[in-house]
Amino acid sequence: MSLLQIRNLHAQVGGHEILKGIDLTVNAGEVHSIMGPNGSGKSTLAQVLSRHQAFEVTGGEILFNGKDLLAMKPEEAACEGVFMAFQYPVEIPGIGNAYFVRTALNAIRKYRGLDELDAMDFLPLYREKMRLLDMDEKFMNRSVNEGFSGGEKKRNEILQMAMLEPRLAILDETDSGLDIDALRIVAQGVNVMRSPERAMIVVTHYQRLLNYIAPDFVHVLVDGRILRSGGPELALELEDKGYGWIETEAGQIAPASA
Amino acid sequence: MGSSTETIRDLTQQDYKWGFVTDIESERVPRGLTEDTIRLISAKKHEPEFMLDWRLRAFRHWASLEKAQAEPKWANVHYGPIDYQDIIYYSAPKQKPNLKSLNELDPEILRTYEKLGIPLAEQQRLAGVAVDAVFDSVSVATTFKEKLGELGIVFCSFSEAVEKYPELVKQYLGTVVPHTDNFFAALNAAVFSDGSFVYVPKGVRCPMELSTYFRINAAETGQFERTLIIADEGAYVSYLEGCTAPIRDENQLHAAVVELIALDNAQIKYSTVQNWYPGDKQGRGGIYNFVTKRGKCAGINSKISWTQVETGSAITWKYPGCILQGDNSVGEFYSVALTNNYQQADTGTKMIHLGKNTRSTIVSKGISAGHGQNTYRGMVKILKGATGARNYTQCDSLLIGDQCGAHTFPYIEVKNSTARMEHEASTSKIGEDQIFYLQQRGLKAEEAVSMIVNGFCKQVFRELPMEFAVEAQKLLGISLEGSVG
Ligand SMILES: Nc1ncnc2c1ncn2[C@@H]1O[C@H](COP(=O)(O)OP(=O)(O)OP(=O)(O)O)[C@@H](O)[C@H]1O
Ligand SMILES: [Mg+2]
Repeated sequence: MSLLQIRNLHAQVGGHEILKGIDLTVNAGEVHSIMGPNGSGKSTLAQVLSRHQAFEVTGGEILFNGKDLLAMKPEEAACEGVFMAFQYPVEIPGIGNAYFVRTALNAIRKYRGLDELDAMDFLPLYREKMRLLDMDEKFMNRSVNEGFSGGEKKRNEILQMAMLEPRLAILDETDSGLDIDALRIVAQGVNVMRSPERAMIVVTHYQRLLNYIAPDFVHVLVDGRILRSGGPELALELEDKGYGWIETEAGQIAPASA
Repeated sequence: MGSSTETIRDLTQQDYKWGFVTDIESERVPRGLTEDTIRLISAKKHEPEFMLDWRLRAFRHWASLEKAQAEPKWANVHYGPIDYQDIIYYSAPKQKPNLKSLNELDPEILRTYEKLGIPLAEQQRLAGVAVDAVFDSVSVATTFKEKLGELGIVFCSFSEAVEKYPELVKQYLGTVVPHTDNFFAALNAAVFSDGSFVYVPKGVRCPMELSTYFRINAAETGQFERTLIIADEGAYVSYLEGCTAPIRDENQLHAAVVELIALDNAQIKYSTVQNWYPGDKQGRGGIYNFVTKRGKCAGINSKISWTQVETGSAITWKYPGCILQGDNSVGEFYSVALTNNYQQADTGTKMIHLGKNTRSTIVSKGISAGHGQNTYRGMVKILKGATGARNYTQCDSLLIGDQCGAHTFPYIEVKNSTARMEHEASTSKIGEDQIFYLQQRGLKAEEAVSMIVNGFCKQVFRELPMEFAVEAQKLLGISLEGSVG
């Protein structure tokens, strides 16, 4: 059984249809990259998968681990193992970073019927992951994302992912805003997480991230549809030629909808 | 969008858990307020002459204000007229006079406090916290008295203080909040029935938290307690106050007065977790909490610090302030006020700088949910002699949902040009993006809101003694439950 099956997904926000029939199957152990022009619906897809309620699903279905993902609230999806690294991580003033992750981890553990971790059990793990991501320990007690630089926020997202150990990780433009060294470190953090039980969907605009995180599949999302899927070579081709040719080709094959 | 707003709407719909009534025989004075009521209360308490005179003076002043319809109307709160003749001013559980030990206390009362999480019985006392339990109009028990007595610390009910330490009472009563201060202060001075009294002698650091737990039980009564805390030279004391009341459809009046006096180099830390019954979801019933609290930093280098977490009451009208008289004295005010459903709060502080190099800090966090209306009202006054005075004010409001309101009225009066004033203010809404972020990490919407609110209040919570900070966090969570779904 596939970990994630998306069939003919349609979604809208504020009366505008954004996703216009998405089909995508992701198996455990795979890394899929989604690319596509600005505004094509990549973040929307990520948010629908995370069950953001502002995005109204008007058609199609999503099975996650055989369960109906669309019936889940955001926290249920999270507890079932869906993690999204946000394109724009949110600040939570007054709540310490480590405390926050421990609360989240314990919420998920509780959902799964596991014992909660106390600070003594939690902190060594957290420290270890911070080292992996080359993050200073001072971030432990700073408020969640408050005053973090763009790159620090992205790193913090990956740190949370490393702690929460999701089954499906969706990284929404985690590479944007990272300097060259940070990109390598974050990619390394992601690669450590690759495992036969886990799948990843990596949304990005740039080939450079894919140099580090070699995807198994690349999909091109244009105007709410996946117009092309292929192997890693597709990303290279896009880097070279842009998106125009895909839209043209697609226009020749499928009837354009208004 | 739609559903997140619902989420926000629901988090404010939770029941008040302290709303039970204890069935107990009580002794009351007849309804209404005349000079005879005052004489009767004073007689019941076997008060010395000076107390009765003091009460009568206050009563006459109050009666003249009442006649002139001078009940304060400037606060940003709305309620129907209060009929002061329709209130019972004294209600006390019937019990043997002069209890020798807690074992003689009515077991119903003991059970009430246990239910409220305040064990009074010897074997279960909270370690490190001495408790004075005030039930309706009277103090029913004070714990750890002997232990504190060894250090010369007096911690007892106000009535006992009048009896045993009349000189101290005479010297300090009404020196910080005179009966002429305001309408409710006058009323309190006339009819107050009990409260807590603390005296910490020279150079003594009180080794445990002192706390008073106020409980209104009887119907149709008002609670008018009075607290007086004196920290002599170089003394230190941390004092906590908690309060709850049963659920009733009619409004009940609570008009307390608190006076603090810090002499040279003394420090008083006063914390409140106020959880009076707030009324139901439609705004019926609830306590009118009209309270005057003020501290006087009388001595040099003295410090008074107010921390309050206000989650209860239908209406709160309260401005714990500091008179910074001694040179280099410090006043602080840390406040969280939450209004949910139809609650209204008009609260803040008054910092009056008289001495040189006096400093004050004000941190106010207002949270409004449901149809709640939350007003910060602050006054900072720097008088002529207060050379080198400084004030820092920070005033933040958080809105949950779009039917509530937040208002700020900071008044500043500066008569000395060397003063340095800083003011920061912000208003924010709990963002759906914040809630979603936390939900994406596995928290329920309610837990998410609770976490965001706790983060917002952190600057204040960290001023509370440890175990009360935890309690305050929980209380806030409960008070908000139902405002998100
Ligand atoms: N809340 C909203 N209300 C109205 N329109 C929205 C909303 N959220 C997204 N959209 C619109 O949906 C479209 C897709 O947005 P989305 O964020 O999914 O694009 P994206 O592919 O992630 O783009 P980018 O590469 O710039 O991140 C855009 O046109 C955007 O303006
Ligand atoms: Mg995007």
